[in-house]
Amino acid sequence: MLNQLIVLQVVIPLIAAPLCIILSNAKLVRAFVIFVCTASFSISAYLLYFVSTSTTKTISYALGGWAAPFGIEYRMDIMSALIGLIVSFIALIVILYGKRSILQEIPEKKITLFYTAFLLCLTGLLGITATGDAFNVFVFLEISSLASYALISLGKSRACLLAAFRYLIMGTVGATFILIGIGLLYAHTGTLNIYDLGEKVAKLHDIRTIYVAYAFIVIGLAIKVALFPFHLWLPKAYSESPTVVSAFLAGTATKVAIYALIRFTTAIFGIKFSFTTLQLDVILLVLSIITILYGSLVAIFQTDIKRLMAYSSIAQIGYMTLGLSLISVLGLQASLAHIFNHAIIKTSLFLLIGCLVLRMSSSKLSDLQGLGKAMPFTSAGIVIGGFSLIGIPLTAGFVSKWYLVLAALEQNQWWIVAVILFASLLAVVYVWKIIEVLYFKPAKETNVAVKEAPLSMLIPVMFLVFLNIYFGIETSLNAGITKAAAMQIIGS
Amino acid sequence: MLTNPMLFVLLIPWVGIVFIALSSRKANLREFFSIATSLCLFVAVIFLLKNWDTATNSSVINLIEFAPGLQISFRAEPLGLLFCLLASFLWIINTLYSISYMRSNQEQNQTRFYIFFAVAIASTMGLALSSNLLTLFIFYEVLTLSTYPLVTHKGNEAAKKGGRTYLAYLLSSSIVFLLFAILWTYHMTGTLEFTLGGVFSKTADPILLSVLLCLFIFGIGKAAIMPLHRWLPAAMVAPTPVSALLHAVAVVKAGVFTVLKVVIYIFGPTTLESIPVTEYLVYLAGFSIILASVFALLQDNLKRRLAYSTVSQLSYVTMASLLLHPLAILAAALHIAIHAFGKITLFFTAGSIYTASRKTKVSELNGIGRYMPWTMAAFTIGAISMIGLPPAAGFVSKWYLLLGSLKLHEWFAVGVIILSTILNAAYFLPVCYAAFFKKADCIPETQQEAPKLMVFAIMLCATGTIALFFFIGPLIELLKGLFLDPTVLSLSIPSGVKP
Amino acid sequence: MTDWHAIITYWAVITLLVFGLYIVTASSNLVKKIIGLNIFQAAVFVMYISMAKILNGTAPIITDKINEFSAYSNPLPHVLILTAIVVGVSTTALGLALIVRIKQSYNTIEETEIRQQEQTEKE
Repeated sequence: MLNQLIVLQVVIPLIAAPLCIILSNAKLVRAFVIFVCTASFSISAYLLYFVSTSTTKTISYALGGWAAPFGIEYRMDIMSALIGLIVSFIALIVILYGKRSILQEIPEKKITLFYTAFLLCLTGLLGITATGDAFNVFVFLEISSLASYALISLGKSRACLLAAFRYLIMGTVGATFILIGIGLLYAHTGTLNIYDLGEKVAKLHDIRTIYVAYAFIVIGLAIKVALFPFHLWLPKAYSESPTVVSAFLAGTATKVAIYALIRFTTAIFGIKFSFTTLQLDVILLVLSIITILYGSLVAIFQTDIKRLMAYSSIAQIGYMTLGLSLISVLGLQASLAHIFNHAIIKTSLFLLIGCLVLRMSSSKLSDLQGLGKAMPFTSAGIVIGGFSLIGIPLTAGFVSKWYLVLAALEQNQWWIVAVILFASLLAVVYVWKIIEVLYFKPAKETNVAVKEAPLSMLIPVMFLVFLNIYFGIETSLNAGITKAAAMQIIGS
Repeated sequence: MLTNPMLFVLLIPWVGIVFIALSSRKANLREFFSIATSLCLFVAVIFLLKNWDTATNSSVINLIEFAPGLQISFRAEPLGLLFCLLASFLWIINTLYSISYMRSNQEQNQTRFYIFFAVAIASTMGLALSSNLLTLFIFYEVLTLSTYPLVTHKGNEAAKKGGRTYLAYLLSSSIVFLLFAILWTYHMTGTLEFTLGGVFSKTADPILLSVLLCLFIFGIGKAAIMPLHRWLPAAMVAPTPVSALLHAVAVVKAGVFTVLKVVIYIFGPTTLESIPVTEYLVYLAGFSIILASVFALLQDNLKRRLAYSTVSQLSYVTMASLLLHPLAILAAALHIAIHAFGKITLFFTAGSIYTASRKTKVSELNGIGRYMPWTMAAFTIGAISMIGLPPAAGFVSKWYLLLGSLKLHEWFAVGVIILSTILNAAYFLPVCYAAFFKKADCIPETQQEAPKLMVFAIMLCATGTIALFFFIGPLIELLKGLFLDPTVLSLSIPSGVKP
Repeated sequence: MTDWHAIITYWAVITLLVFGLYIVTASSNLVKKIIGLNIFQAAVFVMYISMAKILNGTAPIITDKINEFSAYSNPLPHVLILTAIVVGVSTTALGLALIVRIKQSYNTIEETEIRQQEQTEKE
């Protein structure tokens, strides 16, 4: 029974998605979607609890009763359960928050379709975390990507169409690269099961096919991750889409791609092959640092708060891959902790921006002047989220940076520490830019009478803001679980 | 834990903030809460001090485990208690003064002012009582952030520019250098707990330790060692009570306090003696003292002159703590308190001169002493303390510092002290002279003393400056706890100055 | 491997891949981009099919004649690629749908012209 939960977590939103269209009544659909998201969330929470307390630390399920490696295996270890929990949690929060925001930003007759696409996207993302089959990863990646292209194109301005189209081109190329890689792997080993592949690839040495497959898969995933120089699709996709969509994607999509990157490089190709023979660590390290610095620098010069956050997301992705590139328990722990924390931070920030957009119908910084007084809770939340982004102590962001720096010091890479801390300064600059606009600029006349966001939006997002601080103080979940996950992956 | 007096010290300011925020619409009630909170806090600190003497072990609070072996926790120790005592006492006076100042000058956003002032004090309490570097760092940053709205209180372009400089210097130094140093220390030793004698093993690489020490000294931007001093003059745009908070009560004191903590509890004097870089940092601090004094001499704006004087006085503390002689360390700790009293007096007088006559420049002060006798008398007392003449308290710390450097045969330090004393006299005494003895260039429209409450606060500070000279004994007794072997002190304290 | 016609399909795959990718990046017309994407994906389909094909292999269906069963084409890649084709078709559909909407709101499907419009919008 328990093993079936792995599949159930994925199948529930999958079945629910077309049901939304049948229900068609907006209120009914919304209630239904909340129910589905709650179900997914409780399943994934229970799965994480079960996996982390069980003796083997993994559970697996053979789809259709066909045993692995021939059948499709669904397999969860601590890392995948954790990522699954993040995804379903963010989905739940976003949906709870979304009522007013969706009404405002999405045309009325498309709201049902929005929920359908949202559930499909959730299916895809959860599927990637749950599956133990390489080809299945590709399928779920495409399910989530196709749904997210559709979601992005729901934005109000016409620029969102172009953003969605560009993302579609980039995303499809990336996914097809992954498909090529998986095909080559299959051609040489005759299996698609990730763990079986791992065993078989480990026995091969110096095979050209494997090298090529590796290159295709890593580059394909790098596109999905939005690692520099494959980041071009991200800023527009995040800034032009409806706020709920940007919040959901910023919190989940790139994170799941990083999860896939970690899974492929460690489980299939093996740490030794990926990081010693092919020295992915060096490439990833350099790219991560460029990503961090580039994202932070460009963010400083943005005049639109959503674009600013999009570039800041790029920079934060760099931190996550940086942790992976250090390839140690501590590094991977930092990476996973940052995935966890950043999901909370960035989702809360985008949702708060959604509150501003609801009231001001604009996300330009110049239109948001002096809103600190009119919208005290929203603005305070943005300040806390911003501090967390910088990594000020007592916020979640500090915890992940703490481990990342320790991981770098562990390998005596003090210059990485210098880069991380310098990038934090850049974060100070762009966060301060927002704070100054909200609090220290005289309010525009039109901004004085603005009302605080409605409670239906504030309560879910304030919960996230609270978590921002909670996980900065009580670190047993984000530091403890990620450590267990990292140890399971690195195996020491 | 609930009966622990330290808990009260940590929580009272936060409770006060809630009350102040709730009474934002009623000015009188709000200010009553401000004063009440500061008084309660002071009483709590006294209570803590009394209890600490009897039961040392009870004064530990562990909150939560942040990382393995790393907790957010608080522990009372002599230096922290001294700082708490100082900050909570000066907060009372500062509140009295602020009320008068803010009302007379009709400043905007007064509730915001009182709230952030209280946050700053609350974080100062946390910083003073923190039992490890992580906790200290957290409150160090909270202090920086909470003082930003105070510095930019006026809200005009100049204030914002000053505030930006303030934030840029303090945040960048603390994030890039201090956090780096803290993480490195944690990485090397696995602990950040303040331990008498230091946490580093004897086998640690001296070169590495040198780099670490530099990171710490430059990371603590609040100690304003040159070239990281620019934020202090920049922050002069703030209203006077805020300047007093920055220069006397909390911010810069938090800086030198952290330096002392690092020297005494993280490295330990014995470790530092074996590091080559310590000596060079002493030279840097010495140059910082002299250069800042020269800059002060060149300033015509009274508050800027005081700001540079602070830079030089802070480097006294840094230099004294890096000299590593017990007497010098004692002098450093004492100087934190003594300078605070002297400098708050000076800033308050500058503020009341501005309130009474809108004058900000030294060259405009001719003859002002005739109609502001109380204010200028207090200014003279503060100046004497800065120079280090008896019967002001400044003499005591300078005496110990001189004694310590003489024992070490550290002639550079001796030279710096003598030269800077001359420079101090050169930039303070002419002001006093002009105020009392020169004739005014033009007769101002209003010739009056500042508001009574202000004068009262100023006189309290001035009295404190004198009183510290006569009653320094208990403080020295308290600070003996800073040394593994307190007898080194009693042997070297000359009977002549013992009160 | 040495036999040239055994690997000719792979050469075809590589050629199609490169052509497709080139069209995607170089073409300014959005529909042509989608066409390029299709060629690119078709290349991958061919790759999967060609690796499953065995010379003289038959369909893997059990019959009475045991001999015929000895050499058969691997069915799994065929199945996989059916899925991939479905994915490709939906991508194409979505892409074309987006193009229709772009055409409605920008009145053009040339990327260069759209970019010009964006520039003027900014100013």
